Formats: sequence, C-alpha cells, structure tokens
Amino acid sequence: MSELVIQLTRVGFLALLWLFVLAALRVVRSDLRSASGLKMPVPGSNKSSNKGSDKKAKASGKQSRPKSKSPRQLVVTEGALAGTRITLEGRPIMIGRADDSTLVLDDDYASTRHARLSQRGQDWHVEDLGSTNGTYLDRAKVSGPTKVPIGASIRIGKTVIELRS
Amino acid sequence: MARTETDPDNPSTSGSGAQEATNPPRTPNRRGIELVMLGFVAVIVTSALALISINQESQPGTQVLYYGLAFLALFGLTHLAVRRWAPYGDPLILPLVAFLNGFGLVLIHRVDIGDAAAAERAGETANAAAPSQVLYTAIGLVLFVLLIKIVSDHRTLAKYAYTCGLAGLVALALPAVLPGFIAPTKNGAKLWISIGSLSFQPAEFAKILLLVFFAAFLVSKRELFTTAGRRFLGIDFPRARDLAPVLVAWAASIGIVVLERDLGTSLLFFGIVLVMIYIATERAVWIAIGLSLFALGCAVAYPLFGHLQERVDAWLNPLTSDSGYQLRKALFGMAEGGIGGSGLGGGRPAIVPYAKSDFILSTAAEELGLLGLAVFLMVYLLLTARGLRVALAARDSFGKLLAGGLSFAISFQVFVVAGGVTGLIPLTGLTTPFLAAGGSSLVGNYVLVALLLRISDSSRRPQQPSRPQPKQPPIAEAHTELVERPR
Repeated sequence: MSELVIQLTRVGFLALLWLFVLAALRVVRSDLRSASGLKMPVPGSNKSSNKGSDKKAKASGKQSRPKSKSPRQLVVTEGALAGTRITLEGRPIMIGRADDSTLVLDDDYASTRHARLSQRGQDWHVEDLGSTNGTYLDRAKVSGPTKVPIGASIRIGKTVIELRS
Repeated sequence: MARTETDPDNPSTSGSGAQEATNPPRTPNRRGIELVMLGFVAVIVTSALALISINQESQPGTQVLYYGLAFLALFGLTHLAVRRWAPYGDPLILPLVAFLNGFGLVLIHRVDIGDAAAAERAGETANAAAPSQVLYTAIGLVLFVLLIKIVSDHRTLAKYAYTCGLAGLVALALPAVLPGFIAPTKNGAKLWISIGSLSFQPAEFAKILLLVFFAAFLVSKRELFTTAGRRFLGIDFPRARDLAPVLVAWAASIGIVVLERDLGTSLLFFGIVLVMIYIATERAVWIAIGLSLFALGCAVAYPLFGHLQERVDAWLNPLTSDSGYQLRKALFGMAEGGIGGSGLGGGRPAIVPYAKSDFILSTAAEELGLLGLAVFLMVYLLLTARGLRVALAARDSFGKLLAGGLSFAISFQVFVVAGGVTGLIPLTGLTTPFLAAGGSSLVGNYVLVALLLRISDSSRRPQQPSRPQPKQPPIAEAHTELVERPR
C-alpha cells in the first residue's frame, strides 16, 4: 500500500468522523426547532390529510402568526418542573398530582386533579377542578373557566406556568 | 434559508409516514433520522475496520463487509424495537451509543491484532477480547430492548425505589464482604464477582439502582434539603440534622475506597449523590459541603493507604515513578499520535498496558490523533446534552431527576477516565462508557441509556386523546386532602 494512499485514507477518515459529528449537531438543531413548537401547526387547523401535513403546517403557521396570536406551548417557569415545555395540540391539559396528568406535580399544595387548560376556538381557558388551595391567574383566584392571555402566569401550588406563542 | 432548515426533517417525515397512519398525526417522531444516522455509523465502523485490515497488510476481503452488515442488522433490530415501544424517544441517543460501541469494538479488535503479534513473537497465544465484547454488545442490546418493552412508564420505577436502593447497596457491598475465591482482587481492586469463568462488576448495576433510589427519595424528601438552617458568611447552610443523607453517602464511598480499594467507583458514587441533590434543590451550598467532605476524606485517607499514594505518585511523576509505567506508555502513545494520529492500524497502541479497557482513549488518540479523540469527546458531549435535554423536557420530577442523574453519570465517567489517561487527575479505575472492553460496564450502560430513552419517549409523546374523564369523583373523595399549612 503506497504511502500516499495511506495518508489520504487517514485524512479522509478523520473528515468522515467529523462529518458524523456535524450531522449529529444538525439533528440537534432541527430538533430544537421542532420541539420548541416553531414548526408545530396551529392547534385546530385542518387535520384531514396526513400527506404534506408538514407543508400545510408551515403555511398555516406563517399565516396565523401575525394574525391571531394563539398560544403554541405551555412553559413551566417556576417550581420543581421549571423548564418543562409542552406543545399545545388542542387537547385539554390536566394538571395535578394524579399520575395520568399531563403535568404531574409533586407538590403538597397541589390537588390530585387541580386544574385543566382547554381550548375554545383560538383561546385557552383555565379551569379549577375543585382544588383545595386554588388556582391563580396572575393574582386573581380562578373560579370558573377563565381565558388565559399569552404570557399571563398561572400559579398552582408552588408551580407557575405560562402560555407562549 | 428556509429551504436548508427543513432539509433535516425530510427523512423523518417520509420515514414515519407509515407510523402516522395509526398514531395521531402532526407530531414527527423522527425515527427516520435515527435510522439514517445508524446507517452513517455503520459506514464509519465498516470503513474503520477496512482501514485497519489494509494497514495491517492483510487483504480487506469481503469479511469486513459482513461485519459491517451484521453491525447494521443488530442496531437495525434495536431501532425497530425502539420504533415499536418507544416511538417518540430521542432520535440521537441510539446512533451516538452505536457509534461509541461500534468504534469501541473496532479499537479492541485493533489492539487484539497487536497483542496477537506480540504474543506470537514471544511464542505464546493471546486471547482476543473482541469476540466476547461482541457477545456483551448483543446481551446489552437485548437487555435494552427488554427494558424499553417492560418498563412502559418510568414512573413505575419510583414505586420500587426502596427495593432498588437496597439492591443497589447490597450489590455495591457484595464484592467487599464476599470471600476471596468468589470475589478475587484484580489489579488491586476487589470489585469483581467471579463464578467459574464468568465474572462481573456488580457496581455497574448498583450505580443505576442507586440512581433510581436517589431520584425517588429526593422527589419525596425535597423539602428536607431546601430547609434553610443557619446563615453564615452570607450563605444559607442547611440544618445539621439534614446532612445525614450526604454523610451516609460519604461514609459509603469512603467504605468503597477502603474495602474494595477502588477510587473510581467511590468517586462516581459520591459525585452522583451530590449532583442529584444539587439538581433537586438548586442550592450550590450542597456541592460546597460535598467537596469539602471529599477533600477531608482525601486528606485523611491519603497517608493511611498505600494504593492511594501510588496513584498520586504516578500522576505527579509519570516519567520517573515505578507505578507510572502505564501512564508513561499512554502519554508517549498519545504524543506519537499528535494532531492527526498515525492512521488506523498504523500505530502501536498494544504496548500500553490495558490498551483495550482503561486506556482505550489513548489507543484512539494514538491512531486518530487529537482530532480523532476530540470526535469521541464531542460524541460524549452530545450524548450528555441529549440526556440533559430529556431531563429538561420531562413532565414529572422523578423523570427529571433520574434523567439528570443518568446523563451526569455518563459525563462524569468520561471526565474521570479521560482526565486520568491524559494525566489531568490521578488515574482511577473507571471504564469509558460503551468504548472500553468490559461486559458489566457495557451492559450496565445499555440499561442506563434504555431508561433515558424511556423518559424521553414519555416526555415527547403527544398527549393521549383525552381518556374517558373520570366522572366527577364523589364529593366525599374529592375534598379529603390534607392541607399543610406553611410553617
């Protein structure tokens, strides 16, 4: 085996290795976008066809962003679960200590089924499910289903969550 | 710009097309990307094997291709299992692990060739480590698949927390208390249990069991660790009685050093406890307390134990001390590799003792150079970052803590090994995860990654369409909750 070929394969193999790292970083980057909800379609949009849903999602996402500010994700800003994000997909979100909740709280101040977030039209509403210590939207205690504006903080026990677009 | 951004997604949308038919639409699960990356890994591993056989003057032949295909098939099957049982798991974890494991096999095979050549000159036969490592890989993958199948929700693990904790402690202590013929002392450490020709390190599994226990324990006792005690020098110190868990962990890790003579396991164990307390409480004072306890332990243990002094001596004077022989060889090997390395199969990594296990990173550095070693460190970094991302995204505290602890365990092992091999810190007996030869370590780490993937799957999975709502529980049950008044 000639020296030149050995040198070439040596360099080529190192390049291949770094290509792998770059490919992995690319996956990380694209994943960052999809998981942060930017590419997620607007909840409640037409879901009849699966084919080309990606394209449609982008198109509808582009249209609706300036028009109606519908929240796309729920972010936990304070408490044990701080940093958790949940993409809103039109289904109601249950919050509480029950194992089958969407957001499972380990908080002595939260009830088993504490609150529910649900979508009506473009808006999300928060509703207290008869919790012991109550649910607060900004500073006000929630009694009936209340509309949640984007960026308003919902306090449940020690956990604070926000809806973001 | 928009064009390039969508490109990485295309394989995933086309690959998961079949999946979308049954699952609710619109949430890409990105399994296609996982398969593409696994294919990339298979190409890398196969070409690495081919390069070695070319450079060792033997004809590459079609055999190499078969090995590559077998590798792809093995991980392809695992991929299918992930598709079936953890469809929303992180797409990058399995390819990264496959890269490390596959490349580890190649490097072990490389050293086997060198060992065989040396043994031939001496008129002996060396036993190859690569075949058994392939077997352990298969066992690890089977366990991986079984785990993601059986543990359908990681929160069930929390229910067995105390069982796990007890089992972990027993496993950790077992080699220390068992008599010498079952638990022999190898290379100065009493870490193995061998029955017949089978030997394994229970500490590798104890690590994971204890992680599960600590995660569950900290979730239920978090309050204990955040209760502020006395304020001193502007820092809130915890109350003295709340220090007990840390002290127990500290005493246990000292016990490992004394009874099992293994620095690495003890360091890993104590580090995991500290970091998990830190993740749970977000209070840096716990790290400070832990580090000062650690320093105290070191200061007390150092004059008492000969094996510690040897390690430190080898670290400070690798070129002159008797015990620095391994490190000396490794340092010269890495220096020989330089920036670009000698090329796969072009160096002589086999003259470093333990070039397949403890010093596998120096093998990689000699043949692939700094640039190649950096690839491995990058892959570990990415793996840890994905693990921490799993922790961030987890929807429950137990999953958050467990994922955080598991990914810390991976990165800490890499730090301790890489630091030891390069002479940054004293050399300890930890294994490089997935890369080094060693069955228990490989299988244990597959269990660890399976748990990570499980948590990741549950945090990325779109919420189930609302299950039949429990019909407004009877009033008698609905309001019988204990209210704790803030003290």
